[in-house]
Amino acid sequence: MIDGINHNPSFNTAGRKVGFFTSDKTRGYSGMSKAPPNSQYKQKQKFRTYILVFLAPACLVYTMFMIYPLLSSLGLSFFTADKAGNESFTGFANFIKLMTDDLWAPRFWGALWNNVKFFIVHSLVQNPVGLLLASLLVNQSLKGRTTFRTILFLPTTLSVVIVGFAWQLILSPLWGVAETGMALFGLEKYFLPWLGLEKYALTTLSLVSVWQFIGIPMMLFYTGLLGIPHELVEAATVDGASGWTVFWRIKFILILPIVGIVSVLTFVGNFNAFDLVYTTQGVLAGPDYSTDLLGNLFYRTFFGHQLQLGNPTMGATVATMMFLIILAFVLLYTYVWQRRVTSYEY
Amino acid sequence: MKKMFLLFFISSMVFTAALFATGAQDGAAGASDKVTITIESWRNDDLAIWEDILIPAFNKHYPDITVVFSPTPPAEYNSSLNAKLEGGTAGDLITARPFDASLILFQQGNLATLNDLDGIDNFSSVAKSAWITDDGSDVFAVPMASVIHGFIYNADIFSELGLTEPETEAEFFDILEKVKADGRYVPLAIGTSDLWDVATMGFQNIGPNYWKGETGRNNLISGKEKYTDDQYVAVWETLAKWAPYMSKGFEAQSYPDSQNLFTLGKAAIYPAGSWEIGVFNEQADFNMGAFPAPVRNKGDELYISDHTDIALGMNSTTENPEACKTFLTWMTTKEFAELYSNALPGFFSLGDFKLTLDDALASEIIGWRQIAKTTIRNSYQILGRGEPNLESELWVNTAKVINGTMTPEEAAKTVQDGLDRWYKP
Repeated sequence: MIDGINHNPSFNTAGRKVGFFTSDKTRGYSGMSKAPPNSQYKQKQKFRTYILVFLAPACLVYTMFMIYPLLSSLGLSFFTADKAGNESFTGFANFIKLMTDDLWAPRFWGALWNNVKFFIVHSLVQNPVGLLLASLLVNQSLKGRTTFRTILFLPTTLSVVIVGFAWQLILSPLWGVAETGMALFGLEKYFLPWLGLEKYALTTLSLVSVWQFIGIPMMLFYTGLLGIPHELVEAATVDGASGWTVFWRIKFILILPIVGIVSVLTFVGNFNAFDLVYTTQGVLAGPDYSTDLLGNLFYRTFFGHQLQLGNPTMGATVATMMFLIILAFVLLYTYVWQRRVTSYEY
Repeated sequence: MKKMFLLFFISSMVFTAALFATGAQDGAAGASDKVTITIESWRNDDLAIWEDILIPAFNKHYPDITVVFSPTPPAEYNSSLNAKLEGGTAGDLITARPFDASLILFQQGNLATLNDLDGIDNFSSVAKSAWITDDGSDVFAVPMASVIHGFIYNADIFSELGLTEPETEAEFFDILEKVKADGRYVPLAIGTSDLWDVATMGFQNIGPNYWKGETGRNNLISGKEKYTDDQYVAVWETLAKWAPYMSKGFEAQSYPDSQNLFTLGKAAIYPAGSWEIGVFNEQADFNMGAFPAPVRNKGDELYISDHTDIALGMNSTTENPEACKTFLTWMTTKEFAELYSNALPGFFSLGDFKLTLDDALASEIIGWRQIAKTTIRNSYQILGRGEPNLESELWVNTAKVINGTMTPEEAAKTVQDGLDRWYKP
């Protein structure tokens, strides 16, 4: 799968525990060179200039619109500006201020912790439920699979602003249908203005976000599960494995690389999240900053709000911290998880 | 293949050249006879008024100047304006928030000086105070309007329940209690979800009666009074008493929710700013009345918040300064003041003219200027400068007091500590 060569599966079909977390040595082929050991290929070839021509537009555009702004914003975080807007170099002062100052630190650590909670809810709800839905959808005997698939994926295609607004209305204590809906089951006494309570607002918003984005892990798991050859499942069934065993001992292990990718996508998405909180809770991410995510802290710092003017250099510092946090997680994924998990070809 | 490529190349070159040629023609034609100036504003509610009333009236005098009113949603205005100014893409005329937000724009060189503008003397020094440098030497915006705080009530509910406008705080809570006892209506239409409304229409609305308007505001600036003083803590104590009379689930009730609650006739009293009049006239099909924030004890002097709210300044990098000045000068005339105040009932012109207002509610509210001493919000001038921002602190902590997650004393201490961090009187 990873190296793009069509090998035979390197495991037998008798239900032997396949290589989950195998060491590098037993990974076998996936690190192998693509070219067969044929000396003809090693002959010196003329450098093909047109490759550069084809690469240039993408490189230029990417450098201009991605790499340059990123580096420039990283650079900005080492500067500070006076009232007239003159910038001067301050080294790590902005970072120290962000993490230790008694005005900035509660906001930064608060937003970081909220972001972690936001991610935990997604990891515990969005991804497992996405996997469950995907494994239900691959079931051939389920009627109307395509319809369910479309309906479940639909919210992902909506704008976050629409989703935020719709849920704000649904959960509204004044006109929302949530209370009426709960009354049908006699649960109305458990209704609370969740979005307005410090204790519940963040969890509520996390679940709204899960509702919206569940389609993405679902689809990724779905394609992964579809790709598993029938022979493997059949062979295991013939050997007497139950559906439960087949799922955990064969299917789940074969889609482990996708689990990793989904986690990374969730993490990157969550730590860049901003719009849902901004639409439903406003710039100050109320009540009492309880829904403040790093993205919202960045927006508030960089652009300011009401009488508070924006502070581009501190904003860049928050942005740099977000970049570093995401980078750290992605590196962790690449060097720890991806190296230890084996991809199989079938 | 080579031929095809060549053909494609040539044709695209010809096409581009043609585009440039037409573009250049357009530019030449535009420059010769007409000038277009753009107004940046956060008042997207006013788009129709500018396009249908104000700009046509201006064009009767000056047909050659095309004016485009280009608003941004209020919550995004300051940030988007700053970004546009930085990028050099901001409009020619810039709607200015009062005090420091605009003062800093002026100090950064984004707003032009308007000291020599014809007609700028039609405004009193109080009117200009929000758009002038600390030493009073430079005016940088033409004052447009102020907004007055008070309470708007559903007169039909009042007469149904036999209630009359309260004068004292005791009478006010008595009314709330009666509406609550009746059970059909929400006594007070306000929520804490959006934070700013409880601070602006709560704290700054009833507050002036506690801190004696300008006296208290100036004492805060000079350091003679602090937010931890009794009269300020008492404001939060009173606001905390509002909570039982607010709608169930007010913690998640947003500002538009409150507006709808009132205009649908489901609430008796709406803590208001006069800017609501336009929307309410349009949406409410019941009679409305208004009363100023009740005094604490009978016979006390009445103070109201008459907040200098909106002005228009000139982008210092505009390409059409003459056209902009022509427009700004027209804005200092009585014609504009009358058109504007009538088109936007609730935004009261700051010019020194005797205005006749058609709207009953608006003329009732502007009448309070005769019976009360006026002041502006105490978190704006000078105190709105530092970090943490006083205005934001008032939003967050006032909401917490009403939500019951903070005591009035804690709120006062938090706000004063925040101020002490950077402000030395």
